[in-house]
Amino acid sequence: MNEQEYVLSVKVSNNNGVLPRVGGLFSRRGYSIKSLNAAETEEPDISRLTIVVSSDLRVLEQIKNQLMKLYDVHEVKILTDAVTREHILIRAGNSAEDRHKIIEIANLYRAKPVDISANSIMLELTGEPAKIDSFLNLLKPFGIIKMVRSGITALERD
Amino acid sequence: MILSGSDIIVECLLEQGVNTVFGYPGGAVLNIYDSLYKYSDKLRHIITSHEQGACHAADGFARATGKTGVVIATSGPGATNLTTGLATANMDSVPLVAITGNVSTDLLGLDSFQEVDITGVTIPITKHNFIVKNIAELADTLRLAFDIANSGRKGPVLVDIPKDITAATYEYSPAESINKAGRETYDSSNIDYALELIEKSEKPYIYAGGGIISANAEEELKTFAELCDAPVSCSLMGQGAYDQTDRRYIGMLGMHGTVKAAAALNSCDLFIGMGTRFSDRVIGDAKVFGKNAKFIHIDIDPAEFNKNVEVGCTIKGDIKEVLKNLCGKISQKKCGWTDEIINGDFGEPVQKGTSELPVTPQAVIETLDKLTNGQAVVATEVGQNQMWAAQYYKFKEPRSFISSGGLGTMGFGLGAAIGAKVGRPDKTVVNIAGDGSFAMNLNELITASSHNIPIIELVLNNKVLGMVRQWQRLFYNKHFSQTTLDARHIDYVKLGESFGIQTFVIEKCEDIEPVLKKALDISKSAPVMIEVRIDRDINVLPMIPAGKPVVNPITEIDLEA
Repeated sequence: MNEQEYVLSVKVSNNNGVLPRVGGLFSRRGYSIKSLNAAETEEPDISRLTIVVSSDLRVLEQIKNQLMKLYDVHEVKILTDAVTREHILIRAGNSAEDRHKIIEIANLYRAKPVDISANSIMLELTGEPAKIDSFLNLLKPFGIIKMVRSGITALERD
Repeated sequence: MILSGSDIIVECLLEQGVNTVFGYPGGAVLNIYDSLYKYSDKLRHIITSHEQGACHAADGFARATGKTGVVIATSGPGATNLTTGLATANMDSVPLVAITGNVSTDLLGLDSFQEVDITGVTIPITKHNFIVKNIAELADTLRLAFDIANSGRKGPVLVDIPKDITAATYEYSPAESINKAGRETYDSSNIDYALELIEKSEKPYIYAGGGIISANAEEELKTFAELCDAPVSCSLMGQGAYDQTDRRYIGMLGMHGTVKAAAALNSCDLFIGMGTRFSDRVIGDAKVFGKNAKFIHIDIDPAEFNKNVEVGCTIKGDIKEVLKNLCGKISQKKCGWTDEIINGDFGEPVQKGTSELPVTPQAVIETLDKLTNGQAVVATEVGQNQMWAAQYYKFKEPRSFISSGGLGTMGFGLGAAIGAKVGRPDKTVVNIAGDGSFAMNLNELITASSHNIPIIELVLNNKVLGMVRQWQRLFYNKHFSQTTLDARHIDYVKLGESFGIQTFVIEKCEDIEPVLKKALDISKSAPVMIEVRIDRDINVLPMIPAGKPVVNPITEIDLEA
């Protein structure tokens, strides 16, 4: 079967050690995580993990069933119709001749300069993962010094 | 009432109906052991030689009784010594609650003396675990641990309790057990599909695993098999789920299953697996496993569906409930194929050795079966001894075969037999061991003798690690690397007697029956050991090499070649 990326939205108890439980499950069973985002939700005792996995449908079903066996996991949803967003912070080269070009690209994508120094410029951008990817591609020629991606967060549509 | 944390622990155990715990004291559990001292008239504690033995004993207790086993160990090495036992119980879905002490909360995370992050260590080998850092949560955490261990697919739960929590005091009020662990709901959406497959099938074949025993569904299985008019095999974990003296029983399926079971697998048109996880030791090559058959898979754990074998029709639920439902809807079938299988002669192999030693393990186990009328509880170690026990003892009832199936833990059997005997004092309990496995945890003989737990330790001594040797013969050019134990000069009689255990030797065929009879007699009141001297080249047959199709098993191994 064909491997494909899927987005899982996982509700878990905010207990000590819930991340190693989930992470350990993926590593010991050889499931591949592309990204994992974890944070609190509207309920203080509950966190939501947004996990992007690469798998075929059979393994996807396995991942879902295995996750549901963890006591701290309350719900696993495979998102098909959802708003997906990723946040990126990126520091790119900033020579005098590049600065305008970088800002031009940033404006095109509505990325915001958040820190500027003599040698570099830091931009932030939130958007769909594909938009982030294309933004990164355009910035690459100018030299990416450092970057951090949040991993995907997603909520299903009503 | 206000109680100390350690008193709360004992009260919670009593709430759960626990009357026996296995364990080993130490610094971080001193408070708990002080409470055990106080409550000693209500709660029996059995100290073993080693925490691993205590964990296997709690496991054997649970397997033999169906109750939850309890083991207590101190922090650090005490806790890590439990890990093999926990992993064993986890693989075989045995309900267990392990209580470990830890250093005080203010010393946690500082590499304190005898500190280990045992919840971190045991995440992959327990069903769930807890560390209790607030005494207010102690009682409910323990209740929840029992609930989780016993719900759905059962398993071990570890509760780590720092020393200051056991010393602190808190309000305790007795409570009914809590019901917070998720219960697997019965998904009956495929019942009609299953009924249709059964209706249409002319060659249905039932394969029952340990889940039948966990669900107490042996009667429903029997009714179901009769309604389907199907032959029945059990997995290793399923030994005892179906009466093996019944005509429908055609032996174990898998690596060392019968030739008949392999033939049934390959000619059946419907394979009904229940309470089984389709272990690699059973399915061999997954791509061709039962390739002429349609599949029904009934299990309480949906994560087992389509994990190792792709199955069209899956039914999630408590097997007892599912089978009751199915039995109410099936009309009596009659399958000519079933009689062909049951009555057919498929050429089961005879296992022979090369040396002058005349006693065979199969003769010993068959005599044991005869003398105990197939009603003993038989624990095993791992390797050839385990396969022979499964092959030659005719198990009639659930909870009578106690063996490490999933993890394959050498050294499991003696501790497990001790636990089983404590749980079922009415039963004859025999541990069938090999000399290799025996040497791993023979320290637990001390437990059997000091607590006078009257088990029979039956050591099949071939002076080799027989199963590994068998693989070396077949697949490693007879390079018997580190599997020949000739240099071990163990005098079993002296060894046993030094522990206060009467020990006998079986060396001649005519010894078998009288020695077993004598041992059975002694085991009414005291533990007893038997050394059986057997040939080193008796191989376990039939055999399907790992990962190979379950077709035409090896039935003869040329010992001269």
